[in-house]
Amino acid sequence: MIEAEVTVARVEEAVAVYSDEVVVDQPERKVVMTLADVAVAFGGRTAVRDVTFDVHAGEVTALIGPSGSGKTTLLRALNRMHDTVRTAAVTGTVRLGDLDVYAPSTDPTLLRSRVGMVFQRPNPFPTMSIYENAVAGLKFNGVRKKSLLDEAAESALIGAALWDSVKDRMKAHASTLSGGEQQRLCIARALAVEPEVLLMDEPTSALDPIATKRIEELVVELKDRVTIIIVTHNMQQAMRVSDRCAFLLMGEDKAGELIEFGPTATLFSEPTDPRTLDYVNGRFG
Amino acid sequence: MTMVDTPAPTPAPTPPVLPVTRQGRRLSLPDNGYRTMLAVAAVIVGALAVWLVVAIVIQAHPAFVTLGYSWILQKTWDPSHGKYGLLPFILGTLESTAIAVVLAVPIGLGTALALAYLVPHRIRSVLSTAVELLAAVPSVVYGLWGLVVLAPLFRTTVEPFLTAVFGWTGLFDGPNEGVGLLLAGVILFVMILPTMVAISRDVLAVVPKEQVEGAMALGATRWQVLHKVVVPGARTGILGAFTLATGRALGETVAVAMVIGNSPYIAHSLKSPAATLPSLIVNNFGESSGTELAALFGAGLVLLVIGISVNSLARWLVWSTSGGNSQAGAR
Repeated sequence: MIEAEVTVARVEEAVAVYSDEVVVDQPERKVVMTLADVAVAFGGRTAVRDVTFDVHAGEVTALIGPSGSGKTTLLRALNRMHDTVRTAAVTGTVRLGDLDVYAPSTDPTLLRSRVGMVFQRPNPFPTMSIYENAVAGLKFNGVRKKSLLDEAAESALIGAALWDSVKDRMKAHASTLSGGEQQRLCIARALAVEPEVLLMDEPTSALDPIATKRIEELVVELKDRVTIIIVTHNMQQAMRVSDRCAFLLMGEDKAGELIEFGPTATLFSEPTDPRTLDYVNGRFG
Repeated sequence: MTMVDTPAPTPAPTPPVLPVTRQGRRLSLPDNGYRTMLAVAAVIVGALAVWLVVAIVIQAHPAFVTLGYSWILQKTWDPSHGKYGLLPFILGTLESTAIAVVLAVPIGLGTALALAYLVPHRIRSVLSTAVELLAAVPSVVYGLWGLVVLAPLFRTTVEPFLTAVFGWTGLFDGPNEGVGLLLAGVILFVMILPTMVAISRDVLAVVPKEQVEGAMALGATRWQVLHKVVVPGARTGILGAFTLATGRALGETVAVAMVIGNSPYIAHSLKSPAATLPSLIVNNFGESSGTELAALFGAGLVLLVIGISVNSLARWLVWSTSGGNSQAGAR
């Protein structure tokens, strides 16, 4: 009997410890993207290296760090945007689900329809209308049916919190929108393709504070729909929008490297690396 | 008056402004001089343009007095019988230019796209140099090349081939003569190609990288990026290239006069000898006077009107494709 009670107590203890862990850690979600020893070099000069972390579905993962730490370079490696640069070389492994992103058999255009991207400056296509911008990605991917395109445009524009202000002027040029609206159109344009992952490269750096706030709210809203990886130099932004954070820093050889990766709350309150602590406390960068 | 009078004494009694005033004068003198220089330059250009047009109109005027207006569109050019119909030359000008443009737009645009986006660096500079070399060849040399090298080739090979393949269209009726409308059009094509390529290449290359990357990031293929984003983004500049190239083809004189056959009749096929407004003028101005000389100036006036029309058409195209959007139109 005594033995049995002890056993029950141990089990309870174990359960308690386990549930504690669950509370401290974020609820474990499916991993959609895996980075292992990822490095990017241009003409033999390493720009960023030693990056290993997992991207979890339905979360916002922020890449933070000072200028030159390779955040954008790393982000652009994830949808093979470096393909256009002849001297660029990406090593290590990037996986999207079961797909090896850099396998020779991987079609980069197909990959990019699964991994969308939003850029630093709003870049809607100036020769296209709002509607044409919203459905541009679908058309690139061969969707021709008008009803499908209309449906996707509406859904994407609603998702990007732009529908109400543009639904009556879908034929207007995209350049008639404000900067913040243009950026949301770019988000809608990316959402319309229904990517699994959305890469955002400092999406608010060209916007005023109010437009920035709207985009940040949008990022949080969107994470149920698409997994987001966002580059930001703004630590408050990273705290507000992200679930996990990767902190990068330029090493002595001028190459950026991953210093620390973890849940955002932990990284900002009790980082394990002193350099992270210095950075999040604003001692440099 | 009081408004003006009241503040006037206020700046007057402030004494320590002397160096400032001197400095202000020293600055304003070159400033004003520069301003005047620019104004004079602008006036000179404007005056030259007006003078030229007015002079052509004055010189052509006797022809309109003697012949009225209908002669411009009449079919017969026969000065010895007082007939000065310009229609064969107007058609010859438009047709030879059309042949050149129809060939130059796709080939020029394709070359420009390749140079700006597809071809490796090394080949790019070689090809660019070749294109610029074409632009440096004097037109009389093109004429010689056309007459001595291309004309026999056209007579023995190109024209028989085209007749065999496209004879059913009726465009290649008649004997193979070598010289004629087709050869003139082809020579013009080679001559306007550098304009088309060089300008298109430059405007294609400056389509913002963000636009290209934006399309790529949506899963666009390389071809889709070029077709849907780069070319539309550069359309204003491409239309500019088209306009300049067309203008050059319309006005080209010596090379055309050497290879077109100079026949004052309306061409009935692409192989027929023909003549253009510039070739008419250059072949006749030496021995003409009176009404004939006035009619040649009239031909010049018609050519000017055609050139201005092409320019206006291009401007209208730019304006209409940009949806009246001044921002897009300005780029």
